Amino acid sequence: MKTRYLAGAAVLAAAALALTACAGTAGGSGTGSTKTLTLAEAQKATSVADFGGMAGLVAAANKEGHLNVITLPPSWANYGQIIQGFEKKYPGIKINSANPDGSSADEVAAAKAQKGQSTAPDVFDIGTAVMNQNLDLLAPYKVQSWGDIPDEYKDADGLWYYDYTGLMSIGYDTKKFPNGVKKIDDLLGSDFKNSVAIKGDPTAANEAASAVYLAALQSGGSADDIQPGIDFFQKLKQAGNFLSTLPTQATVASGETPVVIQWSFNNVAWGPAAGSAGNPNWKTVVLPGAGLGSYYNQTINADAPNPAAARLWEEYLYTPAVQNLYLAAGAYPAQLAAMEKAKTVDAATLNKVGAAPKDFVQLTADQATKAATLLSSKWAAAVG
Amino acid sequence: MTALASNRGAGVTPRRRGARSGTGWIGLIPFSVYAILFLGIPAVLAIASGFFTSGGTFTISNFSAFGDPVILKDLVGSLGLSAASAILGAVVGALVCYAMLGMNPDGWLRTIVDSAASVLAQFGGVMLAFAFIATIGNQGLLIVILNQVFGPGTFSSPIYTVPGLTLVYLYFEIPLMVLTFMPALEALKPAWGEAVATLGGSRWTYWRKVGFPILAPAFFGCMILLFANSFSSFATAAALISQGGIWPLDIQRALTSETVVGHENEAGVIALGMIVVMVVLMSAYGVLQRRAARWER
Repeated sequence: MKTRYLAGAAVLAAAALALTACAGTAGGSGTGSTKTLTLAEAQKATSVADFGGMAGLVAAANKEGHLNVITLPPSWANYGQIIQGFEKKYPGIKINSANPDGSSADEVAAAKAQKGQSTAPDVFDIGTAVMNQNLDLLAPYKVQSWGDIPDEYKDADGLWYYDYTGLMSIGYDTKKFPNGVKKIDDLLGSDFKNSVAIKGDPTAANEAASAVYLAALQSGGSADDIQPGIDFFQKLKQAGNFLSTLPTQATVASGETPVVIQWSFNNVAWGPAAGSAGNPNWKTVVLPGAGLGSYYNQTINADAPNPAAARLWEEYLYTPAVQNLYLAAGAYPAQLAAMEKAKTVDAATLNKVGAAPKDFVQLTADQATKAATLLSSKWAAAVG
Repeated sequence: MTALASNRGAGVTPRRRGARSGTGWIGLIPFSVYAILFLGIPAVLAIASGFFTSGGTFTISNFSAFGDPVILKDLVGSLGLSAASAILGAVVGALVCYAMLGMNPDGWLRTIVDSAASVLAQFGGVMLAFAFIATIGNQGLLIVILNQVFGPGTFSSPIYTVPGLTLVYLYFEIPLMVLTFMPALEALKPAWGEAVATLGGSRWTYWRKVGFPILAPAFFGCMILLFANSFSSFATAAALISQGGIWPLDIQRALTSETVVGHENEAGVIALGMIVVMVVLMSAYGVLQRRAARWER
């Protein structure tokens, strides 16, 4: 792990001109002038240089000894391994993982409620809609590999940066549906009675709403017009095929939810990849035609109780090793294009997951607001 | 029952009551502190949040939530579910209590029912949801067997709808009724029955003129407890009906929505609505009990 990281850092260093010095410090013996920052100073640090280089950041983070992360389920985009990897790489820092199954709104609520306390979240992995309402909670920071994140994937000041996206996919049990799912209308068939579940209430959960958006794209709608998606679920409900059970890894393993429309990385994680806890017959399909994705953002809490550890966590997430871990789960990392160019991407994994889609639809903030308004007035009646 | 007892006490020995009140309140402190910290303050905070915007300015615009057809539909869902599970739970629970009256209080059956009731009355949340999914869920044992016998697709599980939740809630409502109603039933004195019989009344006369009137306040009190229990239940419903349909789920949605953002403070308004429903119900019960108490005097 460590050697791979260093090799990756070296390649990156060659690629990212401006950052060579910093990366050199990371791999070197730490001769750079490390600085000791106060809590307030560390909360305002905008790059590794403010700590006097990577060694200084690691030292400061070690001194804090803790990192509070929130709403990171172990089976979500490989976060189980990513968290373990961090603790292995930086054994002096203990990760407290709060409320793994919570929503983006829960992250904001926790940051507000626990402001100034040692248990407040240090970093957020957050959906765009909620984030845009709460930009004042965030601290700007640019990771060393900032140049590898495409410009349209990040805030120019470093307030937020895309991390990874899944594609909306249909997971199903091949044993129950040997004919498979080739188009979304297949799900309306009578053999799918009491079978199709989504990840909650679309007026509450972004992942569930994305299932509706996918249905819209696949049924002649667009990001500006999601009504066909609502109509699709109404038909699904009328056909008796819509399940209101909240799908989990357990309901997929037991066969209770034999079809789940959700992010590809979750469908992949609940299938054979999960070993004995998963469903060995679980297949993940990304339908041809218009695809739907939605990047999750990384951001740092402006009032992070462990500001150095928070920044070290971001540096860690944007190393090729961790970006490859996202990829292995079926989530496309933000630095994928740069990694392909620099050949730091895990070729076998990329081959298995499939190349990143050239174009997929991601709702803009305005489109998402419009879609949500329509959902809140139409959804309950459609499936009620 | 407690209220009745203290009323009677007050009538007989007013002076002793007055003397006790000098220091008696000290004993109330632990409970009061507990109730204020864990019931009073959170309730006030929750309700207060309904009167502010997420930015912190005072507003009453959150009350427009009560004009939202979804919220209104879910109120009906919540009231219907709670009433159905409270009435059914109270009736069935009372019948179980009645059946248990005839048993030896120290016998094994009675002991088992007593302890099972105390355990099952607390059996709720996601565990309960999964217990029902495993037995009568769509892939549950019972539905699978029935569909194998009568052909695939003949039966589908009822537990994923708001009315279907009644069945699930009864699982903890009936034991709760047994727990809370049994003491009242046990307090019926056999002598009253004998008195009725001596005066030539039938068993039906006894229940109509003596048993039911005495038990009525306790029965309806227990029923209100069951109602509140269902009305505020959240986790079981959240696991079974992810698309909403009752108020506790609406509160969650308002608080945690990732898609329809900026409605957090509507949760406080719905919470206030829930408290209003309970206050109305408790007041109605209070009136009822006063009438019963008049008869008792």
